[in-house]
Amino acid sequence: MSEEQHAASHDGDHHDGDHHDDHGTHHSDYVKIWKYLVVLLVISVLGPELEIKWLTLITAFGIAFVKAGIVVKYFMHLGHAPKYVTYLSATALALMVLFFYAVSPDVRMHEGQRWENLAAKAEVQRGLAEGSGHHDEEGHGEEGHGDDGHHGDDGHHGDDGHGEASDHGADGHH
Amino acid sequence: MAFVPIANTRSAAGMPTGRLAVWWVIASEIVIFGGLLAAYLIHRLGHPEWANYAVHTNTMAGAVNTFVLLTSSLSAVLAHKAAEEGNGKKAAWLLVATTVGAGMFLLIKSFEWTYEITHGYTIQTNGFWAFYYTAAGLHALHVIAGAIIMLVIAADAYKGKYLHRVELIGVYWHFVDLVWIFLFPLLYIAK
Amino acid sequence: MEHHDPHVDSHGDGHHDDHHDQGFWEKYVFSTDHKIIGLQYMFTGMAMAIIGGFFSYVFRMQLAFPGIDVPGFGMVSPGEYNALVTNHGTIMIFWVAMPVLIAAFGNFLIPLMIGCDDMVFPRINRLSYQVFLLSALVLIFSFFVDGGAFGGAWTAYPPLSAKAQYNLTAAGSSLWLVAVALEFVAFLLGGINFITTLMNSRAPGMRWHDIPLVLWMIVIASILFMVSVGPLIAGAAMLFMDQNIGTGFFDPNRGGDPILWQHLFWFFGHPEVYVVLLPAMGIVAEVLCINARKKMFGYKLVLYSVIATGVLSFFVWAHHQFTAGIDPRMANIFTVTTLLISIPIAELCFLYVATLYGGSIRFTTPMLWSLAFVVEFLIGGVTGIYLGASGMDIYFHDSYFVLAHFHYTFYPIAIIGVFAGVTHWFPKMFGRLMSEFWGKVHFWGTIIPFNIIFIPLFFLGMAGQHRRIYIFEHVAGLAQPHLQDLRVLATAALVVMLLFQAVFLINLFTSMFRGAKAGKNPWRASTLEWTTPSPPPHGNFGGNFPTVYRGPYEYSHPDHDEDFWPQDEPPAA
Repeated sequence: MSEEQHAASHDGDHHDGDHHDDHGTHHSDYVKIWKYLVVLLVISVLGPELEIKWLTLITAFGIAFVKAGIVVKYFMHLGHAPKYVTYLSATALALMVLFFYAVSPDVRMHEGQRWENLAAKAEVQRGLAEGSGHHDEEGHGEEGHGDDGHHGDDGHHGDDGHGEASDHGADGHH
Repeated sequence: MAFVPIANTRSAAGMPTGRLAVWWVIASEIVIFGGLLAAYLIHRLGHPEWANYAVHTNTMAGAVNTFVLLTSSLSAVLAHKAAEEGNGKKAAWLLVATTVGAGMFLLIKSFEWTYEITHGYTIQTNGFWAFYYTAAGLHALHVIAGAIIMLVIAADAYKGKYLHRVELIGVYWHFVDLVWIFLFPLLYIAK
Repeated sequence: MEHHDPHVDSHGDGHHDDHHDQGFWEKYVFSTDHKIIGLQYMFTGMAMAIIGGFFSYVFRMQLAFPGIDVPGFGMVSPGEYNALVTNHGTIMIFWVAMPVLIAAFGNFLIPLMIGCDDMVFPRINRLSYQVFLLSALVLIFSFFVDGGAFGGAWTAYPPLSAKAQYNLTAAGSSLWLVAVALEFVAFLLGGINFITTLMNSRAPGMRWHDIPLVLWMIVIASILFMVSVGPLIAGAAMLFMDQNIGTGFFDPNRGGDPILWQHLFWFFGHPEVYVVLLPAMGIVAEVLCINARKKMFGYKLVLYSVIATGVLSFFVWAHHQFTAGIDPRMANIFTVTTLLISIPIAELCFLYVATLYGGSIRFTTPMLWSLAFVVEFLIGGVTGIYLGASGMDIYFHDSYFVLAHFHYTFYPIAIIGVFAGVTHWFPKMFGRLMSEFWGKVHFWGTIIPFNIIFIPLFFLGMAGQHRRIYIFEHVAGLAQPHLQDLRVLATAALVVMLLFQAVFLINLFTSMFRGAKAGKNPWRASTLEWTTPSPPPHGNFGGNFPTVYRGPYEYSHPDHDEDFWPQDEPPAA
């Protein structure tokens, strides 16, 4: 069965020489790595206890990146795969970063050059006012809240009347 | 007996076909989860009040689940090592251990969610909770799918068949672990 | 770099034995053979094209003769009009262009052209078709549910698509979304096969620049698809939940944002147009080289231009949102990138023309289609430049100018490119030749009406005619007789064009059973698929897999007597 032979990999299957021995020598001490990961996990859980915001961010997300790197390198053996695999994964991630930064000006911001997202701002105010209580706001009377549309015109059907519709009583933000 | 085409045995790109395919699957999953999480992050940064909503997630449950998944990743990679050494039975048991980890993850999550839902934090409650259930839910679906496939591969490995697949499901499983490594701080710690 | 498995031959024989006694169901319905699966995709895509074409007939009749009882359909209500245009677009892109260009040709050609016996994962291949078929059935089912088919445009913007109180098609909207999501899954599954097979299973000796361009195009398209569709899959899940379980992902009153959907959609939607463009250009490349008896002018440059196009395609999407109220500074950036992307595509067109220059051109039916592709696509591309400039787009957005632009791109892609491919590879697929005469009749009967349909639409767009409106009688500036005449002209041309498709269908099916027998290589081409019998047997090469010695387009080579030089012919001893 070629597949068993594939697993044992004694033929010249792979570009980087004898696959089997390669992995034999490069199997790390997985238990030790696991211990490191657990320690990092504990730190990231304890981080918020110190109540210092920037420190929490570092322990939470910084450690997440470190743990991710460890899993990718030692468990997934990305370093042993041909380089294009790394480039492929990096490209996918880069595209997600692009997506984040390109969409943020429209969605994360609730106001910009000559527009204001009144509905979102109202929602934020409502949420902050209620504090940490939980919401039960089905049927918020959506229609009454100005528009479901985002910027004072209705979604993508922006006709010629584009310019004037967007000054929703905003104060000339630039 | 499954028909394996000659096509499957060639490796002009320098990697066995199965492993190449799994990395492509992972690339497509990166953009699925990446898109969802980017959308979440964009909203989260624009809605400071979500920090108040996020207070109610169960950090301890999330942390234990992180530990469970890390440990299951350990057993998955040990299974890979065993398969490499030709020890199908050991690989199979280690894969079963990994699925036990998956089961524990899902169990803890179901208790966690039951508590949250019965205390009024449902998917319709607000934007934060909608993303919370969607992101964790999508992840859980991948856990379930991965566990099922893993059991099938374990059954084969026990009989000494298709041992190369142990590594492949392992790589997928590590990715599932990776997603959770980021979900945990995003949903449970950033409060 | 390459691997030659010494166990190939014995395995080849052993495996062939397994398949000698396959019943009808196993051989044609539940087949794992890439050729059968490719044909399944092709015929399903053609059937969906008939449905999509029928829809265009109905809504154009309504536009030309408002209020008419359309023969074969009945009166067209405003809601039905919306459903017709929505599903026409959705079907043509997802259930015609993609399955035929990528899945049908990809499946059929990849193993043959790289010299192996099947795709690397035949059962996943079969599964991908089954999921695809299911998606088509779900979509068709959505036409018959209470409330009717979804009518919120193929772009499905919320809140219209999210709230049944607005779209009035509660069931139809959700089914539409499920159908699209299933189609995405099918193509993710299929894409894995295409990419992995091309990367790994090439014949010994086939270097990356010996791969026929059509395969590069199909695989790059698959990669573009896989990497761009993720956010939209997430978005579709979110929209489905907004539709059905009361979440508010796209509702600003609930902490969401409808613009997010637009970005999720177009982040995929723009690369998607290149996903369908690239395979069509690949087909055209093959046909041009074979019928000009010349190698591709600048193979590597073509490849780099395609890769540049693919990369750039991720940076232009917001040109679909210029008037949605995006930040004008973003609009500036996207204008620049959009205009930039026209450069590699223009480069490709130049390279194709340069390939023809000095060639011995044979005006076969596939060649006619390929030449038409270049001309018509050029018109589409140039009109896109106007739309890429955000200032101009403020006027043109959502007008018929846009519609005419994208039909001058999509139609060459989904129709002209497909006909080029089908008429070119038909002999290999069915072992017979199509009628050249009727092929040419079909060609002229399609191309001439096509232009008569869409050129008037440019003028209607410039006159201010808005898309997705079912009647213009009551709009003062647009109800004028000379504009209505243009609408009638376009509709008449459409009817003529649709009728001519009967010529193709008759030619197709008659030739399949009674056409002249084709040998292995009726076109005298040099790529590997033409070295197999027509149609190729299961396993393709009978266990004797080829080795490759040269590039795919060695036509009219000075060192060779014949005007084509098959890739697998060993060098003269």
